[in-house]
Amino acid sequence: MKIKPLQILAHIILILGVLLMVVPIWISFASSTHDSVSILTEGMKFNIGEYFSRNYNEVLNEKGGWSEEVTAAKMFINSFIMALGIATLKVTISAMSAYALVYYRFKLAIPIFWLIFITLLVPLEVRIFPTYKIVSDLGLTNSYTGLILPLVASATATFFFRQFYRTIPDELLESAKLDGANSWRFFIDFLVPLSKTMIAAMFIFMFVYGYSQYLWPLIMTTSEKYWTVVMGMKIIFTESYEGVALPRTAERFAYIILSMLPPVLVVVILQKWFIKGLIQTEK
Amino acid sequence: MSFLDLKNVTKIYPNGTKAVHETSLSINEGEFMVFVGPSGCGKSTLLRMVAGLEDITKGDINLEGKLINEVDPSERDVAMVFQNYALYPHMNVYNNLAYGLKNRGIDKQTIEKKVNDAAKLLQISDYLQRKPSMLSGGQRQRVAMGRAIVRNPKIFLFDEPLSNLDAKLRIQMRLEIKKLQQKVGVTSIFVTHDQVEAMTLADRLAVINNGIIEQLGTPIEIYDNPKSLFVAGFIGSPQMNFLDGNLKNKTLSAEGFEIKDINSDFEGEVTLGIRPEHLSQTENGLINLKVDLVEQLGSDNLVYGQLKDKKDFCYRCPGNQTIEKGTNLSLNIENNKYYIFDKSTGKRVN
Repeated sequence: MKIKPLQILAHIILILGVLLMVVPIWISFASSTHDSVSILTEGMKFNIGEYFSRNYNEVLNEKGGWSEEVTAAKMFINSFIMALGIATLKVTISAMSAYALVYYRFKLAIPIFWLIFITLLVPLEVRIFPTYKIVSDLGLTNSYTGLILPLVASATATFFFRQFYRTIPDELLESAKLDGANSWRFFIDFLVPLSKTMIAAMFIFMFVYGYSQYLWPLIMTTSEKYWTVVMGMKIIFTESYEGVALPRTAERFAYIILSMLPPVLVVVILQKWFIKGLIQTEK
Repeated sequence: MSFLDLKNVTKIYPNGTKAVHETSLSINEGEFMVFVGPSGCGKSTLLRMVAGLEDITKGDINLEGKLINEVDPSERDVAMVFQNYALYPHMNVYNNLAYGLKNRGIDKQTIEKKVNDAAKLLQISDYLQRKPSMLSGGQRQRVAMGRAIVRNPKIFLFDEPLSNLDAKLRIQMRLEIKKLQQKVGVTSIFVTHDQVEAMTLADRLAVINNGIIEQLGTPIEIYDNPKSLFVAGFIGSPQMNFLDGNLKNKTLSAEGFEIKDINSDFEGEVTLGIRPEHLSQTENGLINLKVDLVEQLGSDNLVYGQLKDKKDFCYRCPGNQTIEKGTNLSLNIENNKYYIFDKSTGKRVN
């Protein structure tokens, strides 16, 4: 097959794009396997060094924070729980509310839908004080429930599920009715399996959204036991009391590399359905 | 008491459209009833009310003497085959058939046996593990029927199930549905807008127009003896020829000819109906036809042309006759097979 000049140009652009994405990650990874001293004196590294296991071991197991209560491993667990909770609940609640909006033709379905949609204009950052007040009145500060609960409603996901359900032919519902499926069975046996690609796509988006939350966990956690990865990035391994110790740059790189893994894993595991969900409406 | 009884059933949609108007109908056990009519005549609505998918605005539906107006669709023991089949796309054929049984809490062995029996009957045993998207139109149709059969319902409801198939397959499936219904012996209601389907399938036929049953009877009764202009025009292919005329003193005068000794006391403006197949060529016949076009179907020829008053007219003759375009034919009505309708009400008068 002959390659046309235009194709070569296209590939050059694509390769440049890939390099733009990959090189910083590679530098972080390569630097994380060196000694902090050599990074501070020689700059960032492109080659693999010999301190891989030492650095990563320190990052995962050394207690950090101001009161030295939390390890990075614990923060990963916290973030993972928070992201998982947010993603699971967001998908579940959105799918169910969309089901109600589409299939229960009550009078106010459309106004209620728009009301939900309008909440897109009011992200958490805008309503952070009232949200904090409520959560703290409920005594949920410093708890997983407090981290997750205020973020579980999603207008975007409700919207996508609603649009999807509307494409499902009415006959399917009628046929299921004749086959003795009640509302709950129809949801579980039909809508959930039919929308599984969409569920996977939504789950990925929401997981990454939950994982990268910064402001909310920062405000509502006072105990280091509930710190999350993104908070830790700012705080951990920075204890460079002037003249006392050097900043631990290599460990911070290792921490950054580790912090990328959970979302990457979720994408890798779900990508088969995720791509299907984006490119086709399977019916 | 008949098997299924509809009494003054009326359906008015919330927006005020009257879809079905005071319809009463009795269907016997094991009977194959066909509702036929043009699109939007209310035939599907009537069927869906029997299924329980539409609320009944007024009137009663009794199944085996029990009022089922308020009974949930799943409890009515009816099975429906939809126009687009409504197969469950994410389940394989086996589960499509088994789903309704599972919901009824039937144990696994019984389900397996029932599904396999139904699959055998419909010759879909080889596809039980496939998804509906991997089946052809005819196979999907069979699966849809299998889903109905497997439940042993009291009534089968068919909502134009053949209209998504190509012509050849449609004829084949039509035969199979009829055979199957005779074998299983389940009371069936079949909705269609295709009069050939209606004629071939039905034990009895209900011709529906504007939400009213215009005529009810066996296909041959309806063909031989249409009670109204609408039924006469709807049943029969090609369509019946209609000519304007005037009836007075038992004599009908139309453009160019007269018919005497008509068995009717009606006087006034009428429409004369003659089926294309009830004509024959003679010398000095009643009707003179100038041929425009001949359609050769092989077994028959359809001859289209115009009468003296430029009215379109069709004549059906055996396929072995050759008729040239532009010739003049002289036609007679065979055995006095003509129909006269009151022009203002459309009611039959002879």
